[in-house]
Amino acid sequence: MSTRSTAPGYALAFFPTLALGILFLVPFGIMATISVAHRISGGFYEPGFTLASYWRFVSPFFGNILFNSLLLSALAAVLAVAIAFPFTYLLTRQPRRLQVPILVGLLAVLSLSEVIVGFSWSTLLSRSAGISNLFVAIGLMEKAQSWTPGLYAVIAGLTYVSLPYATMVLYPALSRLDPELPEAARTLGASPLRAFFEVIVPVCRKAIVACLIMAFVYSLGSYLLPSLLGRPQHWTITVHITDQAIYQSNLPFASAMAVFLLITALALVGFTQRFLGERA
Amino acid sequence: MKQKPNASTAFSNVSRRTVLAGAAATTAVAVTGFPAVIAADRSLKVGAYGGYFKDSFDKHIFPEFTKASGIKVESIAEPTGEVWVVQLEQSAKAGQAPADVSMIGRTTMLVGQSTKIWAPLDLAKMPNSSNIIERFIHTYPDGKVDGIGAVAWYITLCTNTDTYKEAPTSWKFLWDEKNKDSLGLLALVSNSYLLEITAKTWFNSDILENEEGIVQALDKLAEVKSNVKLWYRDEGQFQAALEVGEIPAGQYYHDVAGLAAADGKPVRSTFPKEGGVNDSGCWAVSRASKKLDEAHVFIDFMCQPSMHALMSRKVGTAPMVEQSKTDLTDEEFASVSSAIDPVVPNYAMQNQRKDWLAQKWTELITAG
Repeated sequence: MSTRSTAPGYALAFFPTLALGILFLVPFGIMATISVAHRISGGFYEPGFTLASYWRFVSPFFGNILFNSLLLSALAAVLAVAIAFPFTYLLTRQPRRLQVPILVGLLAVLSLSEVIVGFSWSTLLSRSAGISNLFVAIGLMEKAQSWTPGLYAVIAGLTYVSLPYATMVLYPALSRLDPELPEAARTLGASPLRAFFEVIVPVCRKAIVACLIMAFVYSLGSYLLPSLLGRPQHWTITVHITDQAIYQSNLPFASAMAVFLLITALALVGFTQRFLGERA
Repeated sequence: MKQKPNASTAFSNVSRRTVLAGAAATTAVAVTGFPAVIAADRSLKVGAYGGYFKDSFDKHIFPEFTKASGIKVESIAEPTGEVWVVQLEQSAKAGQAPADVSMIGRTTMLVGQSTKIWAPLDLAKMPNSSNIIERFIHTYPDGKVDGIGAVAWYITLCTNTDTYKEAPTSWKFLWDEKNKDSLGLLALVSNSYLLEITAKTWFNSDILENEEGIVQALDKLAEVKSNVKLWYRDEGQFQAALEVGEIPAGQYYHDVAGLAAADGKPVRSTFPKEGGVNDSGCWAVSRASKKLDEAHVFIDFMCQPSMHALMSRKVGTAPMVEQSKTDLTDEEFASVSSAIDPVVPNYAMQNQRKDWLAQKWTELITAG
């Protein structure tokens, strides 16, 4: 957009502002209003102003859940980027006619709903039909095992759904990467691995941070995967928000938790961008 | 809980010709004494639990009503649990009714009463309602009727027949150390009724009258945690795991387990000696509905013993009328119900101590 404040410039800025207002600020306002409403146990809620729902959340119990949710999402984000970065880098080095079908295949994953992904992973990690049977067949394991529900199942599921997004964010940066950079590193005597870690990764630092943030936020919002693949101790805060909103009809408490989650996520994203992004 | 809803709205497949023919032939309207309106113009939106329930109603139940009354039924897939009442309430504030009549669970009826979402019903306009067993007529605290028993279902002890050659006989099976990491239980205090099961199995149902007793039941329940592999919200997830023996035992719905067994799956449903959990749903009408007359005709029609027998045969639900009033054989009745005194959900406890219970429950099951 033009930096001069011309009339068309204002007009152009007007639309995103309007969209942001309607799609984000208004729903957020409604949520914030409900979060301070007065809860009637065994009923719904009455309009009013009380911080009771917030106080209920400020407890070691929910603090722990929030912390675990953040940790789980961060772990899934790091794993997704760790897989997506070398993958995308190698992809961009391939001839274009090979890149396109691979990208299309990867993006096709996005058309799967979380329900299908969750059920597929729970089958894949099951004792009766899962991959451990394959390991038994080739002699790697003695007996088929069940790996779901459990922590690793949740992380696998979250990493899987974040992967296509991570690749999409990294692809433009990596495909624009000057091929002479790694070549120069090689000429100067660096091994391919060293060139990758000491030249390519630092050059793409901004894209990596952006990618981490996106994968983190995306995992944080996932509700079905932790609920389908996790045990109760792995249920993230989104699972608890849904329980409150849908099964307890406690909208004030669900909203208060969502406000907490949003503020924490925004703070973390801001922090990451400032410290990791600027040093790049 | 019954299946998650899908957003689609199915229209019962009734042609104009059938409606007109039905209108000409019907006696139901005349019998119940409603003003005869041109039947082709009459319709009613009825909410039923989405998934298997709604499909069975669309196929076997609603067409019978349309045939008899000439009133078209537009069935709406409603989610179970309280989210549907939230939606009905929000819509009612805007003067809309997403469904005129809905099938509503007992705990949810009480939530709706707090905002008077249910339109009072007139039993005099529904002579067939006298067939319904009295405890299934739901009322406001002042005695006004707001719900009429629709269907009853049981939660029982279900096992994989390949893994367990012998059927378990008691809910104490859940506590058996031999079943380590092999059970599937419902994830919420309000739909698993595990506190009620624990109280009846180990203590007596009265202990749930006060907090100390409830805590006692919760402590006892904590002992099953190491046996539980899956705390499920989605019944499909547990059913799949039960059928292949991945999670070979747990609590589940008697009706759906029976269908799976009939399909040849190695699954059995057992009424433990302490009884299956007997839960039920009412027909209730949104106060925003403009079709109160049609709603009365519908509910009256559904109260006929013949309809309860039809639902038992086609949907697998337990009748809400005495068996003697129906033409169900003993064998048919036994397949949907049981003579063993059931575990009755403590609706008063679930409603009055709701937030406290939910908090205690979550702390119990999420603690590592």
